[in-house]
Amino acid sequence: MISLLHALPGSVAQGLIWGILAISVFLTFKVLDYADMTVDGSFCTGGATTVMVMLSGQNVYVALLCGVLAGMLAGYVTGLLHTMLKIPPILSGILTQLGLYSVNLAIMGKSNQAISVDQYALLVSLRFINYSILMSVIIVAVIIFILYQFFGSEIGSAIRATGCNQNMARAQGINTGRCIRIGLVVSNGLTAFAGGLYAQYQGNADVNAGRGAIVIGLAAVIIGEVIFGTRHNFALRMAFSVVGAIIYYIVIAIVLQLGLPSTFLKLLSAVLVAVFLGIPAIQGYLGIKSSKN
Amino acid sequence: MLEIKNLVKIFNKGTINERVALNGVNLTLNDGDFVTVIGGNGAGKSTILNAVAGVWPVDEGSIVLNGHDITGLPEYKRAKYIGRVFQDPMMGTAATMQIEENLALAARRGQSRGLKRGITAVERAGFREQLASLDLGLEDRLTSKVGLLSGGQRQAVTLLMASLKKPDLLLLDEHTAALDPKTAKKVLEISENIIKEHNLTALMVTHNMKDAIAHGNRLIMMSEGKIIYDVSGEEKKNLQVSDLLQKFEEAGNDEVNDSMVLS
Repeated sequence: MISLLHALPGSVAQGLIWGILAISVFLTFKVLDYADMTVDGSFCTGGATTVMVMLSGQNVYVALLCGVLAGMLAGYVTGLLHTMLKIPPILSGILTQLGLYSVNLAIMGKSNQAISVDQYALLVSLRFINYSILMSVIIVAVIIFILYQFFGSEIGSAIRATGCNQNMARAQGINTGRCIRIGLVVSNGLTAFAGGLYAQYQGNADVNAGRGAIVIGLAAVIIGEVIFGTRHNFALRMAFSVVGAIIYYIVIAIVLQLGLPSTFLKLLSAVLVAVFLGIPAIQGYLGIKSSKN
Repeated sequence: MLEIKNLVKIFNKGTINERVALNGVNLTLNDGDFVTVIGGNGAGKSTILNAVAGVWPVDEGSIVLNGHDITGLPEYKRAKYIGRVFQDPMMGTAATMQIEENLALAARRGQSRGLKRGITAVERAGFREQLASLDLGLEDRLTSKVGLLSGGQRQAVTLLMASLKKPDLLLLDEHTAALDPKTAKKVLEISENIIKEHNLTALMVTHNMKDAIAHGNRLIMMSEGKIIYDVSGEEKKNLQVSDLLQKFEEAGNDEVNDSMVLS
């Protein structure tokens, strides 16, 4: 129990950083209605680029910006594959993600690049958890504010309309292909930013860092929706995705404390998401009426 | 003015399911024309509307609207000139967005969209007024999600959206077919008012012969991808359902169904 309390701040810090990824998954899955698998690759791209640019002597802000741009480029590629070449959404993302594995290795030159908080001015680090939590909270708040403004703009509204009803969007003169591309660019830029923070937090960029990121992001979004519901304004829904990510990491910490070998973490994540996604169907089979909607 | 010349559309070309949906359609609409379109299933009524709206490319022919050749333009670019209401009430609006957000999207039809606010306070006031003119009590529900509205209310909102920016052409694709008779009447009334108020040029597909006769200044009948009857002015005013039925039979159309005659 004591050791669990000890692990709690770390879970919150991790949850906040992964919460940024959860927002990005919320944007693609829920707002754009696009099952984007690119994030498994672009998360690592963000981390790899950020670390390498810092190692080359740039400061952390320049490095994060480069990471975000790299992630945006990845999202744009997925968008082009889908909107121009008409490849189905999931496959477009998987193709980019697969290609990014090589790209990420090329960026880093090897499978892992360490960056020490002692030698570099990092924004977050697991060595200074309380400071990291404070920084992450501020960053998350700023991100939610910016995204809230963006999705209230003309182009942001057009992206939401595209995600909701493409027929309607086109009939109102909205270039739906362009909106999908912009949505993927924004989302993957955000994912790469989360990847850049995570690499700093861990003290290294690893080529396997993003594996399963999509499932963790989705788990966070779903946990947020199950607990808080979906009838809230846009800013709150993004915030609830972040809270979902924090809860996810606390649950993971508890399960580890209970003695689950860490080998089974990914299996646990997959089962959790499958169960939550399946809740409506399961309720249907059991004859229980959903209280939501 | 809308000029359609020798329009041909073949679905599933080169396959066993090949079907000629439009077989050389010629049609000219003058400004202010309100044309009703009737015909049996598969006659090409909805196909001609979709061809003009640009849902897919046509195989032959040209579509010129007020001097702009729009034949090769993608759907979203044609939207600058064209307002549309669909048969399916779910299709014309974004269900998860608010009424005012839907209207704001429509108010920007044909304009480039940037980082300016998606909706302004001035617009909001205008929307309230325009919703009030529909007489459906929607003016107090500006921030309700459209998904909460009934089919008839959604069609009324879609009509309003189609006319917020005055279109060169309004396309109504059996937009009352999915509604109950009372609601359908109300939505038709709103359509008529909007068309009159803005003096719009409109094409309205309908399954109902009485509606086709009662509305508009011109009526065309389609069969097998062609226009087989085109009537306007006094002659149209004096039309009876029995005249139309006779025309149908002359065209060898034996699939006149009950819903076209009754109601």
